[in-house]
Amino acid sequence: MGIEIHEDLGLKITGAPSLEQLHESVCYQLPPEDRRALGAVIECIEGIPCNPCETSCPQGAIIVGNEITNLPVVDLDKCTGCGICVAACPGLAIYLKKYLFKEDLAYIAFPFEYVPLPTEGQTIDMVDRMGSVVCQGTVLRVVKIKKNDRTAVIHVSYPNECYEQVVNMKRLPAV
Amino acid sequence: MMLEREIVVVGAGPAGLSAALEAARTGARVLLVDENSKPGGQLFKQIHKFFGSKDHQAGVRGIDIGTQLLKDAEDLDIEVWLDAEVCGIFNQSDVWIVRNREHTVNVRAKRIILATGAVENAVNFPGWTLPGVMGAGAAQTMINLHRVLPGERFLMIGSGNVGVIVSYQLLQAGGDVKAVVEAAPRLGGYGVHTAKVRRAGVPFYTSHTVLEARGTDHVESATIVQLDESWKPIAGTEKDLDVDTICIAAGLTPLVELAFAAGCAPVYSPLLGGMVPLHDRSMRTSIPSIYIAGDISGVEEASTAMEEGRMAGLCAAHSLGYVDEDTYTYGFAAAEGRMLALRSGMFGQKRRDAKAAIIAYNEG
Amino acid sequence: MRRIVEHPVLGALPESEMVRIIVDGEELWARKGEMIAAALMASGKQYFRKTIKVHEPRGIYCGIGRCTDCVMTVNGIPNVRTCITAVEEGMVIQTQMGYGAWNTQEGQ
Repeated sequence: MGIEIHEDLGLKITGAPSLEQLHESVCYQLPPEDRRALGAVIECIEGIPCNPCETSCPQGAIIVGNEITNLPVVDLDKCTGCGICVAACPGLAIYLKKYLFKEDLAYIAFPFEYVPLPTEGQTIDMVDRMGSVVCQGTVLRVVKIKKNDRTAVIHVSYPNECYEQVVNMKRLPAV
Repeated sequence: MMLEREIVVVGAGPAGLSAALEAARTGARVLLVDENSKPGGQLFKQIHKFFGSKDHQAGVRGIDIGTQLLKDAEDLDIEVWLDAEVCGIFNQSDVWIVRNREHTVNVRAKRIILATGAVENAVNFPGWTLPGVMGAGAAQTMINLHRVLPGERFLMIGSGNVGVIVSYQLLQAGGDVKAVVEAAPRLGGYGVHTAKVRRAGVPFYTSHTVLEARGTDHVESATIVQLDESWKPIAGTEKDLDVDTICIAAGLTPLVELAFAAGCAPVYSPLLGGMVPLHDRSMRTSIPSIYIAGDISGVEEASTAMEEGRMAGLCAAHSLGYVDEDTYTYGFAAAEGRMLALRSGMFGQKRRDAKAAIIAYNEG
Repeated sequence: MRRIVEHPVLGALPESEMVRIIVDGEELWARKGEMIAAALMASGKQYFRKTIKVHEPRGIYCGIGRCTDCVMTVNGIPNVRTCITAVEEGMVIQTQMGYGAWNTQEGQ
């Protein structure tokens, strides 16, 4: 189409939060590179009345508080990376990440509500917040359990040089 | 023939169902009528998980909330008439209903709760009458209720929650959303909704609108254009899009005809969609026997519609003597609390203020 | 314009009894109980009627029975809102020209 819309313009222009907006927000925390376990990352930076992230966490690692418009904050010390919040968030705004999966690969587990689902072992395109493909990933697990009410959680390894950029996968073409 | 009922609820969407359930639980005898052949209003098209707290059934998909409401209505043995169009309300109590498009029934009701919802607004531009131009809600109905994709390549006009949620649902249905245009300089919907659509590769164009749609028997292409600060198209910024469907998500207007025909006093609320019936904190209009709930009282969302329905149902039943004072006081406060929680934050506060203004005007 | 066979939330399209309808003289199979407009759109029909003076094509607009953009002549009865009327076995559906006519002979 020819029109370049730069991600820096931010959430209310591009539709996606810019990295600057995320870094400024109380909720977004990229798990440090030396962290061993997966950590929940929340990209919900507007105060909307919503708290399933808090109520779904069995460790009490996510705090919203009495005012349910508060932004959620993850206590990474309590977070075990179980991923329950990933499917519980109605806004699909949470994923798990880890920098050190193996060798030079990072790990992400993200919510996905499309068909077809990828299969274990498949190589897929990974996208950033603007939907641009930035690298490829390998599907490690596709979790689709009744408790998650039709929100699949896809576990993928991808080059850790794209650690912060990657948030989801490019949708697969229809079968 | 004139039948008699205690409470007649008009509209079996989330507001009407909630009102009927709340009233029926107190022991009041409720008749719930809806012009459609299936109940649920717009609820059964909301396949996404709702926000809010546990009190508001956060995390539950709209369709499942709807199924539960219907089951509760069945368990409570509420009388439901479908294919029943309410054509008028006389003497503040007599409800004229046409059943199955065939015969008239008049029902004298002690209390009436109007939950007739809202209708999508239209935006016109050259070519807008072509098949393929439709409301965003129409596209949502086709994909989520009828399971038919109404086109292949979509242009969405409007970035409020309806526009972005339907864009997401079009992607889920296998559609290719080419762009979302928003005339204002900033996107209107929640950031988490726009983020889902953006990371699926759909571009948003703020300060843009549709210039025209072209095609012979159906939409074949469209042109969008950038707007300046005075909302005028900027020459030279036209962009052609290969689309066969254009969805218009330009807001909703409350369906208030029955309320005004019945004589309810109006008030103008631009934020909530236009002329709405004046009401007090118990959702009672200027006519003591008539209550309202849901989008008819101001356009918000399904969650607030259900809370208003519960409030109207409780208060209507209480006014007939079905609720003791303690239960009423507690229930009223709880309902207000749940509504307040939803009307909070950067998006909800404005609606809270608009609602408060209506109530203040009513008291003033 | 097609039926959605697989859906991440709604699941697979369930099997359905099919009914035979006649659209502008041609036989079409539709899912029992589905709305006429849905059946026609699934079959790829581009427009449902043409306006009286300038013969412009029209299809659905609101989709919920309020705007009347989608009307067609069904079993000889004009101005039937196809978005809220279900198909029935043997139903005769015609692209409506203008206001249509109450003419059961023509309709069958």
